[in-house]
Amino acid sequence: MIHSPRVTRFLQATASTLVLAVLWQIASLFFPHYLFPPVLDVVKRTLDIFLSAPQLVEVLVTAGRIFAGLAGAFVLGAIVALLIGRSPFIESYVTPVLVFLQGIPALSWVVIAIIWFHGIEFRIFFIMVLTTLPAFTFQILDAFRSMSKDLFEMTMAFRPRTWTLFRVLIVPTIVPGILTAWKVNLGNAARVVVVAELVGATGGVGYQLLRQQQLFDMAGAIAWTLQLVLFVLVVQQAIVALENFLLRYRAVSERAM
Amino acid sequence: MADTQPVIRFRDVNKVFRRGNGRGDLLAVDRLSFEIAKGEIVAVLGKTGCGKSTMFNLVSGLIEPTSGMVEVIGHDPFREFAFFRGKIGIIFQNDRLMPWRTALDNVLLGLEILDVARERAEAVARGWLARLGLSGHENDYPHALSGGMRQRVSIARAFAVEPEILLCDEPFSALDEMTARDLRAEFLRLVQQNGKTAVFVTHHINEAIEIGDRILVFHRPARIALEIHRGRNPDDERHAREQILQVLALEDAAP
Repeated sequence: MIHSPRVTRFLQATASTLVLAVLWQIASLFFPHYLFPPVLDVVKRTLDIFLSAPQLVEVLVTAGRIFAGLAGAFVLGAIVALLIGRSPFIESYVTPVLVFLQGIPALSWVVIAIIWFHGIEFRIFFIMVLTTLPAFTFQILDAFRSMSKDLFEMTMAFRPRTWTLFRVLIVPTIVPGILTAWKVNLGNAARVVVVAELVGATGGVGYQLLRQQQLFDMAGAIAWTLQLVLFVLVVQQAIVALENFLLRYRAVSERAM
Repeated sequence: MADTQPVIRFRDVNKVFRRGNGRGDLLAVDRLSFEIAKGEIVAVLGKTGCGKSTMFNLVSGLIEPTSGMVEVIGHDPFREFAFFRGKIGIIFQNDRLMPWRTALDNVLLGLEILDVARERAEAVARGWLARLGLSGHENDYPHALSGGMRQRVSIARAFAVEPEILLCDEPFSALDEMTARDLRAEFLRLVQQNGKTAVFVTHHINEAIEIGDRILVFHRPARIALEIHRGRNPDDERHAREQILQVLALEDAAP
């Protein structure tokens, strides 16, 4: 029987998840349940969160913080990348700062944000933006610089206005880089937001994880973690679908399928 | 028939490229002077690296002369960049199609930049694709087209904006001989039918003789070593070919 590549990939992912679940279930037979709760308990807790409005709101709050942080970093990163791309002078001063920012751990930003700011939401937004800004900037800059000189000269031969040049050439050129940047930064942002909420928030998945730790509730901890994992997977798939649509012009070798 | 009013004028043009890394400067164009009249088709012939493409970029306004004067339709193509919107069409050596645009959208590019209304632009673009034998391929992406078809799309893109001047930089050199011959004939017909002024850069003697009303043979750095007004009988063509071969051989023999 011949399956499409998508179905094959889904079956492979399902198989590896099932193996992991079976191994976990076996471990639960030999270890106390506060260390390895049965798979069914974890599934039940996960569904409970999903079906309970107040608990689902906690997940959505975290999702909102991730999106807000990423959107902020993306807009700021795009502006900085375009400024750097247009001016070697700006590049020579801004790039070292971005490299410096890249080296600062997320936890340090959490501490700094707590000391500097009062509002919880602003603290988390600040942490999210600062931790993902350098990656967004460098990825958008790379995409901008990979623009074909041939296509640039061809387009310039028609004498476009700046905005038209941006629309017909620059945006389509950097779209693949932007999508990759979102995919990469989404995973990073999900990890950072949990740390930020764990230390400096009174709601969200990170805060719930802190509560599960205090209650020594492993099933709850995994269930809340799974909410975030599922959220990242859904958004990743949405980005992949968008990518497949926007980059449908790309030729694919039959051997690569 | 060519008008007497020059459309393109070079006066003592020099172009020097700074190479950096202590390698000194490169003189690419050396006191180049010539004029091209309205409606004329001029073939510029020379060996690889003789500065043909630099001259081409000077006419199209993509680079600025180091000294001397370049004038196109009475204006400076580098400094008066916006004036030339829609006035110059360029066909490059490679097709330079945007991979994310279909054949139709690639032809529409210049019309979009000129702010032509979508409906009219689409009619014009479809018309040019049809004239170049690409009906039915409007919605194909470049990767789905052959090299010859892609070059036809790029010719349609250049003609669609109805430019006064066509600049062609070895547009058929990457194609097989059969396809190149067909496209050359097609191109010549379109240029003559539409009364365009055309500069056709090539390094093939036969192509220059077939296309040009006048042939400028360049020596390195770009300067005119020979100028031939082509006749239309076989003896004239043979004589032109012999003259060109002699001049190119002289460049080889030069120290």
